[in-house]
Amino acid sequence: MKGKSLVSISDFSKDEIMEIVRLAGDFEANPGQPLLNGKVVASLFFEPSTRTRLSFETAINRLAGSVVGFTDSSSSSTTKGESLKDTIKMVSNYADLIVMRHPLEGSARYASEVSDVPVINAGDGANQHPTQTLLDLYSIYKTQGTLENLNIFLVGDLKYGRTVHSLLMAMSLFNPIFNFISPEELKMPEEYKMFLDSKGIRYFEHSEFTDIISEADILYMTRVQRERFSDPIEYEKVKNVYVLRNSMLDNTKDNLRILHPLPRVNEIHTDVDENPKAYYFEQAENGVYTRMAIMAAILGLK
Amino acid sequence: MSHKKLKVSAIKNGTVIDHIPANHLFKVISILGLDKISNQITFGTNLESHKLNHKAIIKVTDKYFEDNEINKIALIAPTAKLNIIKDYEVIEKKVVDIPDEVVGIVKCFNPKCITNKEDITTRFSVVSKEELALKCHYCEKITSEEHLTII
Repeated sequence: MKGKSLVSISDFSKDEIMEIVRLAGDFEANPGQPLLNGKVVASLFFEPSTRTRLSFETAINRLAGSVVGFTDSSSSSTTKGESLKDTIKMVSNYADLIVMRHPLEGSARYASEVSDVPVINAGDGANQHPTQTLLDLYSIYKTQGTLENLNIFLVGDLKYGRTVHSLLMAMSLFNPIFNFISPEELKMPEEYKMFLDSKGIRYFEHSEFTDIISEADILYMTRVQRERFSDPIEYEKVKNVYVLRNSMLDNTKDNLRILHPLPRVNEIHTDVDENPKAYYFEQAENGVYTRMAIMAAILGLK
Repeated sequence: MSHKKLKVSAIKNGTVIDHIPANHLFKVISILGLDKISNQITFGTNLESHKLNHKAIIKVTDKYFEDNEINKIALIAPTAKLNIIKDYEVIEKKVVDIPDEVVGIVKCFNPKCITNKEDITTRFSVVSKEELALKCHYCEKITSEEHLTII
C-alpha cells in the first residue's frame, strides 16, 4: 500500500482491507506509536466536516505527526479563484500526505493524479468516503470476530447513502447476506443489486422495519433526510417508520451490533444507547485507529 | 432503370461516411466539425438502406479522419462505415468501433463532477455498448446515451 492513494474503497484489495483491519487492532492495543514523527500531513477540508476532520487530526496527533491545512474553503485560496489542481500541486510540495474533503465528486481522484504525494479521500461529494467504510469494516470485524458469512441489515436511506453503497461493495468480498429495509422512494439502486446478482450474493428487500431483524448480525442504520423527498407528505409518512427502539431488540441475536455513521437525528431512539448492542459511539472511536492504520500503511511506516 | 445511379455523386479523393442513422446526420456533421471546414462536402439523408431503415451518407473531399475523430462518431453512429477514397477507388474500409475508453470527447452528465468545474480532460470507461453507458473515471457516475453531450 506504500505510496498508494486511497480514493475509493475499490482501490484496496481484500488482502489490503484485512491488513488495515489488523493494523487498526494493533493501534488500538498500542495507541502511542510516534510513527509520524517529523512528517507533515495536509488536512484540506474544502467543506466543513467536523467529525471526520477531528478523527483524522486525532489520528495524526496520536502518531506524533504535524498537521497543516484549512477547515473550510473560505479560509483557503480557493476563494481567490485558485484551481484545485494548483492548490494540490502547491500542498504536495509541502506535505508527506494529503487528506482531502471536497464537495465536488471526482475531486479526490483528480487530486491523486496531480499530487506528488498520496491522497486520502475524506469524502468527495456524494461519491466516496473510503475511510468511513474501512472503519465500518474494522467495527464489524471487532464485534463479530470475522467479516465472513455475516447477515447485514441496512436500514433507512439506501438510495443516496454513500456509506451504505461503499459498505455493500466492500462487504461483498466476504460472502454476506444482505437485507435492505427502506421506504419505496429510497430503495437500494438497481446498479448495486445487479452487482450483487453478478457476484451471486443473496439479498432481500423489505419496506417494513419489523422483527425480521432477529436474523441480523449487523444492523446498519442511516438517516432518512427530509430533503430527499420531493413530496413533504411522503417524508412525514416514513420519518417515524424507520426508527429503532430498544423494545425491538428483545428477540435479536446476542452478537448483534448496531452501527450508524453518525450524526443521527431520531432514527435510533436514545433508549437504545444503553443497550450493550448499541455500538455507534465505539464505532466512531474505531475511526481514529482505522485512520492511524491507513496513514501508517500508505506512508510505508508499518 | 438499367444502371444504378448514385444519389450522392462520387468523389475523387476523400472519405465517405456511410450507414449513418439518418436521425443522427446533423449531429455527426457537428461532431466532426464539418460545418466549419472549407472542404467540398456532399451528403444525402433518408436514403433507403437494408441495414438501417433510413440512412445518411456524407462524402468529404480531400479529408481523412484520425482515429480519435472516428471514435467520436462511434458514440452516436455505431453503424457508420468509412470508405477511404483515392482516385475514385475505395482503398480502405473502416468500421467505427465504440472504444472501451472514451477520453476527451464526452461531457460528464453529473453537474457536481469535478470535470465540469475545472479544466480536466474527461475520461470514461464504457460499461455498456448496447445501451450506451459511460462511467466517469472521476465521479464514478454513469452518463447514458440520452444524456450524452459531446464536448
